[in-house]
Amino acid sequence: MEWLTRLMMPPVGSEFAKEIDFMYMGLFWLSVALFCIVALPPIYFAWRYRYKPGRVTPHITHNTPLEIVWTVVPLLLCVAIFFWGLKGWMEYAVAPGDAMEVQITAKKWLWQFEYPDGSRTINDLHVPVNKNVKFIMTSEDVIHDFFVPDMRVKHDIIPGRYTEVWFNPTAMGKHVITCAEYCGKGHSDMHGVLTVENDADFAKFLETGGTEWEDYFNGKDPKKTPADWGRVQYETKGCNSCHTLDGTKSKGPSWKGIWGKMETLNNGSKVLVDEAYVRESMMSPSAKVVNGFEPIMPSFQGLLKENQIKGLIAFIQSLQ
Amino acid sequence: MDQGIATSPRIGDRPRPKKNYLNETKGFWSWAATLDHKRIGIMYLVGVLTSFLMGGIFALLVRLTLLTPSHKLFGKVLLTAEQYNRVFTLHGAIMVFLFIIPAIPASLGNFVLPLMLGAKDVAFPRLNLFSFYLWLTGAIMAIAAMVFGAVDTGWTFYTPYSTTTDGPVTLMTAAVFVLGFSSIFTGLNFIATVHKLRAPGMGWFDLPLFIWGIYATAIIQVLATPVLGITLVLLMLERSFGIGIFDPRIGGDPVLFQHFFWFYSHPAVYIMILPGMAIISELIPTFSQKTIFGYRAIAYSSVSLALVSFIVWGHHMFVAGQSQLATVVFSALTFLVAIPSGVKMFNWMLTMHKGNIKLDTPMLYAISFLTMFAIGGLTGIFLGTLATDVHLTDTYFVVAHFHYVMVGSTVTAFIGGLHYWWPKMTGRMYSEAWGRVGCALWNIGFNMTFLTQFFLGSKGMPRRYYNYLDQFQPLHAFSTVGSWILGLGLFITAAYLLASLRKPMDAPDNPWNGTTLEWKTSSPPIMHNFEEQPVLEREPYDYRPVLVAK
Repeated sequence: MEWLTRLMMPPVGSEFAKEIDFMYMGLFWLSVALFCIVALPPIYFAWRYRYKPGRVTPHITHNTPLEIVWTVVPLLLCVAIFFWGLKGWMEYAVAPGDAMEVQITAKKWLWQFEYPDGSRTINDLHVPVNKNVKFIMTSEDVIHDFFVPDMRVKHDIIPGRYTEVWFNPTAMGKHVITCAEYCGKGHSDMHGVLTVENDADFAKFLETGGTEWEDYFNGKDPKKTPADWGRVQYETKGCNSCHTLDGTKSKGPSWKGIWGKMETLNNGSKVLVDEAYVRESMMSPSAKVVNGFEPIMPSFQGLLKENQIKGLIAFIQSLQ
Repeated sequence: MDQGIATSPRIGDRPRPKKNYLNETKGFWSWAATLDHKRIGIMYLVGVLTSFLMGGIFALLVRLTLLTPSHKLFGKVLLTAEQYNRVFTLHGAIMVFLFIIPAIPASLGNFVLPLMLGAKDVAFPRLNLFSFYLWLTGAIMAIAAMVFGAVDTGWTFYTPYSTTTDGPVTLMTAAVFVLGFSSIFTGLNFIATVHKLRAPGMGWFDLPLFIWGIYATAIIQVLATPVLGITLVLLMLERSFGIGIFDPRIGGDPVLFQHFFWFYSHPAVYIMILPGMAIISELIPTFSQKTIFGYRAIAYSSVSLALVSFIVWGHHMFVAGQSQLATVVFSALTFLVAIPSGVKMFNWMLTMHKGNIKLDTPMLYAISFLTMFAIGGLTGIFLGTLATDVHLTDTYFVVAHFHYVMVGSTVTAFIGGLHYWWPKMTGRMYSEAWGRVGCALWNIGFNMTFLTQFFLGSKGMPRRYYNYLDQFQPLHAFSTVGSWILGLGLFITAAYLLASLRKPMDAPDNPWNGTTLEWKTSSPPIMHNFEEQPVLEREPYDYRPVLVAK
């Protein structure tokens, strides 16, 4: 029956996920059985006792023993299911004491992760495999919800409060992070990527913001240029939730053809889009806002490593 | 003396009286200022069905937008993310506050309840008219809010999103506030009516089970709705004057809003489902031509569901940041809901056992109700169980679950009840053949639309999503196609019901061989319901043959 579990549930990312799947399937089969008990007999009766003119029906008002049975048996079943659910929930609710702590700040519409060593990323969460990781979460604006389907965990993130969730990832590779509490226009684009990697890769990740960037700057592969690295940043750091590449106006200016252009700012002055301006716009975005746009972009100061900024500049340059 | 068995134990047909409640008086004001519960019921029916149409169009639009990940139809983007958020908010708010809460009690309940009690009208006819106009005012305010830009908060108005977003949120919440009072007055009226206006000889346990269901609903309407009113006033105060109640930036607590909101809105779920169950308790014995099994168990289970509904609101907030102890207690209490619901299911099933079952359209809807309510109820177990809820909450699994309960159960019962009492209300029979077609399409369409969504949810598709991952596309497309079949079924149903109005009156007084008092008067009833005060001679659902002298 493994195929049925896989049909209904996302990939398994942790031991906890495996437990939840087992419980889910248990409830599924119980429900199938109970459905057969309560919903099929009426259909059978509708055929078996179909209308015949003149037939007199028996006057049966109740049956006390039967009624006690169908009150008490479901009650016992419910008590059992409650305790089963409680057991799993205790595991979810109480993080082990030795867990590594990652801070999450959610805001419209991106995830900001901060590691114990102070390094930060946007929408790009890396954790070491087989280690307990605890997330301390808060929101800067409205309620969001940190949901990792593969880990079977989610918890609301509330402004002005800290909430917690934890997991112990066992499946290496990439997993989806989504926002599960409605938060407005960009709600459904508020995705992050969880990368579960081995200890060595994780240590390297903390040092340089990943290992992948080196491939794009050594010139060995013509398909991996600094501009391509910029595109990766564009897609993973949250740029794409506000900036388009095809010229259509979104929450921020489109990047198409922007390089080298004279832009009019909201105070009427003009600015040339060059490396200095692009860098400034990433680090202190409210300083020079292009006319017609809201100053809603958060600062990426400390969020982008030098290689990522270089990549993004090369990428914008390439969009002529 | 020879004795024979009458096929119908009830009063036979008399010649149709010339005057009935529809043609007794004429003109706009004879309707607009009427105090007749039947006319008020009909006005409510027109109102809630119009709202259902509006909410339904928004639902189809939501599904159509989700057909493909690009949201394009014939090369054009159907709705932008912002429009989508407004449309699903309108769908939810209209369906909940304008349609499903008043649907059964205020339309069918208004029409049938006094007739079933053998009364001339409800206890407070003027209050009844007033509550209709409150509903109308609330509806107009909600539509005004739509015209002035629409709100994008979701029907739940969660803070601090709802206190910080643009749009006429205050107008929309004021509309819901007014609608709440309409609901309170209807409930109050029904409670007084059931207590004081029962026919001679009708004790509490001679009440038709429809009345028990409506009575239990009325208790919730009167006790829970004021909390919604208070909450919405607080929300308006915060939005308008910056008083920090829910927004943490000005010292409020957003989780407090959720507690207040669900303290009303969970009982409100029972305002929606109890009247549906009440209709089913009428349909099943009537079309099985057999007495109801476990009358008292069904009556008590309605009341106990009403009471339990007040102490389970926290199950909407297992991952929302309420205390962990509260979460555990709410999960335990939530399982209590399963017991009276199960009791009702078993009683209905045993009523059909050894019956003489006629599969007319209302009964087809009743059987549909049993299957859909079973699915809705059983999937509730997944959500009440703490560990599985963590994964499933806020996903399409929840969306599917409550649509099975609210639509698959309540709306199915409402349509069944509408067909059941249609001859009484209009004096006309509808096309039985088309009725079956409509019911079949309703079943196919509904299950295609919403069974699919359980799979979307368990796979990890969050609700209220405009964009979705490509892997979910096939299921979304399947669900959307289901919604068209559902819409077609409803369109056909509306068409043949309206078509029946063009015929001359052809309905007998008691087309289904029912046993409750509304079948003792003519179809449609006269202005004052009964020619003479009916007296209860036999308890309801008594299908024992009557011995008659030959």
